[in-house]
Amino acid sequence: MHTNTNYGSNAKEDEMASLVSRRLFLRSTGLTTALGAVVIASACTTEDHQLPGMGDAVELGSGDIGVLNYAYALEQLEAAFYTKVVDSFYAGATDEEKALLTDIRDHEIVHREFFKAALGDKAIKGLTPNFDGIDFSNKAAVLGAAKLFEDTGVAAYNGAGKLIKDPNYLLLAGKIVSVEARHAAVIRDLINPKSADFAGDDIIDMNGFDKAVAPADILAAVKGFVKDTINGASVGK
Amino acid sequence: MDIFKIIDKFQQIDGDAVGRLEYASRRHFMNKVGSKLASAAIPTAFAAIVNKAFAQSAAAIDVLNYALTLEYLEDEFYKGGLAASNLIPASDKAIFMQIGKHESQHVAFLVKALGAKAIAKPMFDFTYKGAFADVFSNYKTFVTVSSALEDTGVRAYKGQAGVLITDPQILEYALQVHSVEARHAAVARRLAATLLAMPAMKGWITGKEGAVPAIYAGEDNMTQGGVNIKGLASKSDAAVTEAFDEPLTKEAVLAIAGPFIKM
Repeated sequence: MHTNTNYGSNAKEDEMASLVSRRLFLRSTGLTTALGAVVIASACTTEDHQLPGMGDAVELGSGDIGVLNYAYALEQLEAAFYTKVVDSFYAGATDEEKALLTDIRDHEIVHREFFKAALGDKAIKGLTPNFDGIDFSNKAAVLGAAKLFEDTGVAAYNGAGKLIKDPNYLLLAGKIVSVEARHAAVIRDLINPKSADFAGDDIIDMNGFDKAVAPADILAAVKGFVKDTINGASVGK
Repeated sequence: MDIFKIIDKFQQIDGDAVGRLEYASRRHFMNKVGSKLASAAIPTAFAAIVNKAFAQSAAAIDVLNYALTLEYLEDEFYKGGLAASNLIPASDKAIFMQIGKHESQHVAFLVKALGAKAIAKPMFDFTYKGAFADVFSNYKTFVTVSSALEDTGVRAYKGQAGVLITDPQILEYALQVHSVEARHAAVARRLAATLLAMPAMKGWITGKEGAVPAIYAGEDNMTQGGVNIKGLASKSDAAVTEAFDEPLTKEAVLAIAGPFIKM
């Protein structure tokens, strides 16, 4: 997407382009405001991590391996997010909320470990997430971030489907994306119970379609949540 | 073929899939042919592209008509439920209006996309030959059937992904509908769990848990990508089976849906 031409063409162009595409993504998926700020901020502070080589570029690879690594990267982020949520629940979390968020954490860990095992020595390294912008003690912040991650996950799998060449991998992606969509609906229903928001008009279009977003736009949108630089230019190619 | 002939041809094919056209392709198209002309031609042009894609594969047409059958079924079901007096409590109306709206949109999209190839809407028997006799007078039964239809819809679309692998754009549309059905299913299941006092029934599918057991065959599968993942990451069987939804073949889905359709 060459949106950058509308916004300036100086030395900062690349950086601008990625900012703009992140903004566009957020606007188009209706995930703006508080979280938009989080996503756009490229914070880099103290997280408690972890692996050597932090900050290195991570190459997802090409073809189906690239798609699987792309999914693995997103599942890593989701799993890390919910692990942090469950390790220390926000104030006032109900038993129901705790049970749901724990279930979701377990699903994301299963997804992450499944991809890791399936990829074997072709798997990317463990990523270093950056959740500095999320106030884990605040219910609205946690559920808002969860909504963003789930809707983004759905849009990512939907957009990656057509890049997959092996029907077995396509089916696997299909088995996982509907679970992410169930998460998205439940999180949205926690935020605004008994409303239309579980499949709201902010995310579902006039044809009754969910989002399908290409890897480049998804990676730009989640950039602020990962310390590593992820290169997905060859995913599915 | 020159651009005017192409546009002419596009105009003959109905469609208003404006929303389907992505920003990037619109920009690209405008740059190519000039903004004024292009902006007028875009809606029909895009529908034509969709139509052309549909026309390319007989397998895709079969899948889309199969999808249309299920969407007709869902659409009529929610229309019936929303029209019935004293069925859906006011507190839950917003949920079913939203679900019903999406099913109508899915039908409209598929009918438009298939054009003359679209099958006619069948006649339905929502009592399922008497098994759900009070479906439009007992809210518990209505929600039971809703959860079953949505979960079956998710399984049905998933089962066709492989067939559409050679039709990438149609595959993407199918995936976009598939995840909406899954959103519906999660909410319908949670309503059903409360109404039917089935605490083991969650928004996601634990083992084969569901309000109508017959449609969940195989949901407890733990072999993924050819590997038995029981115990993966030390997670319970419940978590492992919840993490993956399972497909159904067209034959299995039609066997489930059959009693809803009057022959």
